[in-house]
Amino acid sequence: MNLFKISIANLKEKKLNSFLSALLLTLGIGMISLLLLLNKQLDEQFRRNIRGIDMVVGAKGSPLQLILSSIYQIDAPTGNIPLSEVNGLKRNPFVKNVIPLSMGDNYHGFRIVGTSAKYPEHFQAKVGLGKLFQESMEVTLGSKAAAESGLKMGDTFESAHGLDAGGDKHGDKKYKVTGIFDATGSVIDQLILTSLSSVWDIHEHAEEHVPAGTEEEHAGEHHEEEKQVTSALIQFRSPMGMLTLPRQINENTSMQAALPSIEINRLFSLLGVGIETLRSLAIIIITIAGVSVFISLYNSLKERKYEMALMLSMGATRTRLFFMLLFEGLMLAVIGYVAGIALSRLGLYAFSKSAEQDFHYSLKEFGLLPEEIYLFAAAIGIGLLAAALPSLGIYKLNISRTLAEE
Amino acid sequence: MLFLMISCKNLQFSYSSQKRFKFPDINCADNETLLILGQSGKGKTTLLHLMALLLKPESGEINIAGNLVSNFPSGEITKVRAKNIGIIYQRPHFTNALSVMDNILLPNYFASVKQDKDRAVYLAEQLGFGEHLSKKTNQLSQGEQQRVSIARALMNNPKVILADEPTSSLDDNNCQKVIELLRTQSRLIGASLVVVTHDKRLKDEFTNQVFL
Repeated sequence: MNLFKISIANLKEKKLNSFLSALLLTLGIGMISLLLLLNKQLDEQFRRNIRGIDMVVGAKGSPLQLILSSIYQIDAPTGNIPLSEVNGLKRNPFVKNVIPLSMGDNYHGFRIVGTSAKYPEHFQAKVGLGKLFQESMEVTLGSKAAAESGLKMGDTFESAHGLDAGGDKHGDKKYKVTGIFDATGSVIDQLILTSLSSVWDIHEHAEEHVPAGTEEEHAGEHHEEEKQVTSALIQFRSPMGMLTLPRQINENTSMQAALPSIEINRLFSLLGVGIETLRSLAIIIITIAGVSVFISLYNSLKERKYEMALMLSMGATRTRLFFMLLFEGLMLAVIGYVAGIALSRLGLYAFSKSAEQDFHYSLKEFGLLPEEIYLFAAAIGIGLLAAALPSLGIYKLNISRTLAEE
Repeated sequence: MLFLMISCKNLQFSYSSQKRFKFPDINCADNETLLILGQSGKGKTTLLHLMALLLKPESGEINIAGNLVSNFPSGEITKVRAKNIGIIYQRPHFTNALSVMDNILLPNYFASVKQDKDRAVYLAEQLGFGEHLSKKTNQLSQGEQQRVSIARALMNNPKVILADEPTSSLDDNNCQKVIELLRTQSRLIGASLVVVTHDKRLKDEFTNQVFL
């Protein structure tokens, strides 16, 4: 028998009230926690993949779409650009590195990207099994692509056209798995890499099989001067490149230049509006939770006036009873916080599942964030404040008058 | 010279200018019983609360076990009351969230003395509600609740037991039973028993009587 026992017994006695208050707190805290988690993970994933890439060139269109497709492998590419123009960039004094990318096919939803060895090098990807692609039609699988597609070393497979698993199959030429990358935590994990020539070979082959009567005179030619790629990732030799190159490219070539950090910041500021709204909503919910705790304790005290007077007559000090009442509010806050954190992890898990399905990105970190410690302090603060206000009434309680009332 | 366990002299109290009370002197010796009879509105509850040190008199003195407690600082008064006075109120009231046993232990807890579970069980058996100790108080009948209140008042072995209208809502039979219980229990622990009431049936049960 002690004050804690009495507090907890009182909370149990008023189950529905306690439940409502705890539920509101859970909701508010869960929302804020989920926003924090998502923000951190999205931020990490996005920033991790653009590190070291200063500029992306591709077909003219939406710069954001170019960044999303070429760096994050989300969304469709904007079109194709001539290889010759990309190679021209190599000669520019501001340019240190050019990584060409050729996209357009997939295997079971995992994108097949034609590129040079510089691409995996950029992400510091190590070939765990086998070797890097060299000859045409050889591929090296990203760790996740390997794990989930079921392809193994030495397997051959047909690619499907487009970016979804349901595209037409390029039946004639088969790819062969010659290597598998170790996990890198970057976009490489979900890709199937091959050489640029593989992609050209596949599509030339497709052209050769165009039925007679349509563009026969082009069948068999290799169109070397018209070889195309989807985009190219550029690293500058010096930051000065950012001042002149993008404008040059946009105005004088058939390509567009997009700067990743600018586009991503723009994306986040668009998302930011949504996040701000959700954050405001969460704060409103938490405030209502505080009000609910207040009302719950206020009513409880009105009903328990006689009990309080009785305990005071038995020797309890007012301060002791005050703390007992505070403890009730505190308990609700703690329960609400723990449940909220658990709920947000559940939410993250659900989110992660759908992100995996659609984009092959995983958002799996469930550890406690430092911001969530502040959230705990806030939850405790709200609980105590909401409980303190009605509990102060204990100091005004007239023992004799209360006990005399029947 | 009898040792007076509780005595009051020249007590005066007023709630407002219209409601003033002047009480006759009260004297109850050690291990004795006292009946204070009065009609409604004569200040019975006020007198009981004054004697229970729940109210501070405007003038006059209250003595308990030889100490002039009416002059003590309020912190001391609370301690005196907690340890030495057992109060039985007119209607039984409890901490509804707790069990019967825990309710009975509350006086021990708030008086900062060891919680005596054995004594609680003993009293419960004596008073006939032994098998209800783990139930919630609102699951008991009114008669049982009243006996729980009596047990609660006895837990700290008080020197004085004050009972406010203990029989007013009872029929003749139960009235008799409750008064017997009170007398027996207070004699067992050597406490003085003061009953404040308007119930004329009790006139024959007490030798010492005071009229308001």
